[in-house]
Amino acid sequence: MENANNLRSYTFRREREDSWRALEALLAKVDRDGIRSLSMEERYRLPALYRVALSSLSVARTISLDRNVLTYLEGLAARSYLVVYSNKQGWLEAIRDFLTRRFPGTVYRLRAVVLTTVLLLAAGTLCGYHATRHDPDLYFSFVPEWLAGERTPAASREELVAALGAQHDIDGLSQFASQLFDNNARVSMASFALGVLGGLPAALLVLTNGLTLGAFVSIHQPHGLLTEVWAWLLPHGVTELLALALCGAAGLHVGLGWILPGRHGRLHAVARRGREGAMVVLGAVGMMLIAALLEGFFRQLVVDTGARYAMAGSTAVLWLTYFGLLGRRAEGGA
Amino acid sequence: MRSTANEGATVQASGPAPIALVTPEHVTLHFAIADPGARIGALLLDLAVQMVLILAIMLPFSLVQALSGAVSAFFILVFFVVRNFYFTLIESHWQGRTVGKRRLGLRVVSRDGGPLTGDQVFARNLTRDIEVFVPLSVLFAPDSLLPDAPPWVTLILALWVLALAALPFCNRHRARLGDLIAGTLVITEPQAALDFDLVELDPLQRDAPAASYTFAPAQLAIYGIRELQVLEDALRRPPSDARDKLLAAIAEKIKAKIDWTEPADTPRFLQAFYTAQRAHLEQGMLLGNRREEKLR
Repeated sequence: MENANNLRSYTFRREREDSWRALEALLAKVDRDGIRSLSMEERYRLPALYRVALSSLSVARTISLDRNVLTYLEGLAARSYLVVYSNKQGWLEAIRDFLTRRFPGTVYRLRAVVLTTVLLLAAGTLCGYHATRHDPDLYFSFVPEWLAGERTPAASREELVAALGAQHDIDGLSQFASQLFDNNARVSMASFALGVLGGLPAALLVLTNGLTLGAFVSIHQPHGLLTEVWAWLLPHGVTELLALALCGAAGLHVGLGWILPGRHGRLHAVARRGREGAMVVLGAVGMMLIAALLEGFFRQLVVDTGARYAMAGSTAVLWLTYFGLLGRRAEGGA
Repeated sequence: MRSTANEGATVQASGPAPIALVTPEHVTLHFAIADPGARIGALLLDLAVQMVLILAIMLPFSLVQALSGAVSAFFILVFFVVRNFYFTLIESHWQGRTVGKRRLGLRVVSRDGGPLTGDQVFARNLTRDIEVFVPLSVLFAPDSLLPDAPPWVTLILALWVLALAALPFCNRHRARLGDLIAGTLVITEPQAALDFDLVELDPLQRDAPAASYTFAPAQLAIYGIRELQVLEDALRRPPSDARDKLLAAIAEKIKAKIDWTEPADTPRFLQAFYTAQRAHLEQGMLLGNRREEKLR
């Protein structure tokens, strides 16, 4: 009879089985109580045992035909791999890293696409403005009815001035602000999600937003209210429009990955660009929150045109510094 | 990285082919792609959890008659967070698992073999809305997509959105669009128990009388690795009448093939043959001679 002890695969298993079992016990503990439940000593042992399991697997693949051992080791290595290579960055650290480095850095790196969508937005605005000046009936093709409300080309100067004025009901304003945020953030996340399919929808969305904006501004021109309407739009608009352009740019960036995958192949390009794009969208959602607060509170409470322009100017300077300086430094340091 | 036949054989095949990930130590590990049914089940569970969360937050306030603007503002924000960030927050906190995934033994992993990062989790959940909820609403109410659009626009949009929802069923990784742009995969959590080694005597029959069978090299030169592992599977089955019948049939077949004439006790004979055959094939493997299948 063949003696089991003559089998290398059998002795191999007997020698290492204890460390496999020890690793199994650690994994069960992590599964049950989370990785923080491990003692200091166990935390040191886990990666060491993981490497033992990995090397056991490699050896077993070349010397053993025991399917049960092979399957077991593969499962054990896979389970411990998922624990050992998990992302252990803490929340606070992750948020700080995102705000100071990754978000501005990614936006800076994608500056060409961002500039493209900003220009698209500007082009849309110009087209909307001039088209509506030329033919006021076009207004309703650009501005949806629920958004327009009282403000139509037929509105009187008094109605327009009243709409640009102030409200002082703080309670109502907070609800207004969070509704604005909810709406804007969802629209921009959708624009990214749609944009990843070739980029066209993202570009179109940015363009149509520009058309709406241009048409909206244009109805104020005959009444000589251009300065006032921009003062009404820009304090939050700088932030909100920039965030919208960023989402469009993120979608476009991923979309370009489908079209021009580069030398690493489409899957790889899309996965890399998708992660960059998602960074930008996450930051843009944060910007939307700031914009909604400005729109919901500042604009409704502050009527003075000069103060409104000052706010618009300072947000513009803030974002330029943030992305230009901080983003550039983050990119240079990376 | 391509897997060799040996590595592929260590994972029982069911559904799509397992995915090979290369760890930073350059060892290839195989993961079973999650079953779409299990993923749908996990999604439904998570939706239920989301609903319970929202209800739990709302309940204390429902006792108050009139909601002030500030409270409803707070609600809108809470809804926003629960609706859009439930998956992102839990998946990044639990290393690629949500309540539903955990329950059904699923996990999100990074396709490049590295750790699953926060931006990947966020990216894969950004597109969830248009991949899951929009297609559902299109199925039930196609007009809700763009209320004022002409029928042909609605048709194109509906087809596009439905194609998007069908994407996971059309690629071998069962990847959603979100998985593609995040570079992630959903896998079934690996589970395997270590059984006793068959070359050791089955602990249950230790006290059975010892018998000794010897096989000549020519008798071991017939079968390959595949047959060896089929025999292993049969021997590892839990004891039952069906198993005994199967083993008897296998023993008859082997005896005929290797010209075995002496009488033999079936389980003992098969165990001895397994041991001898494995030793023979493993020896061959060490010398670079890997025989996958029987020759004739």
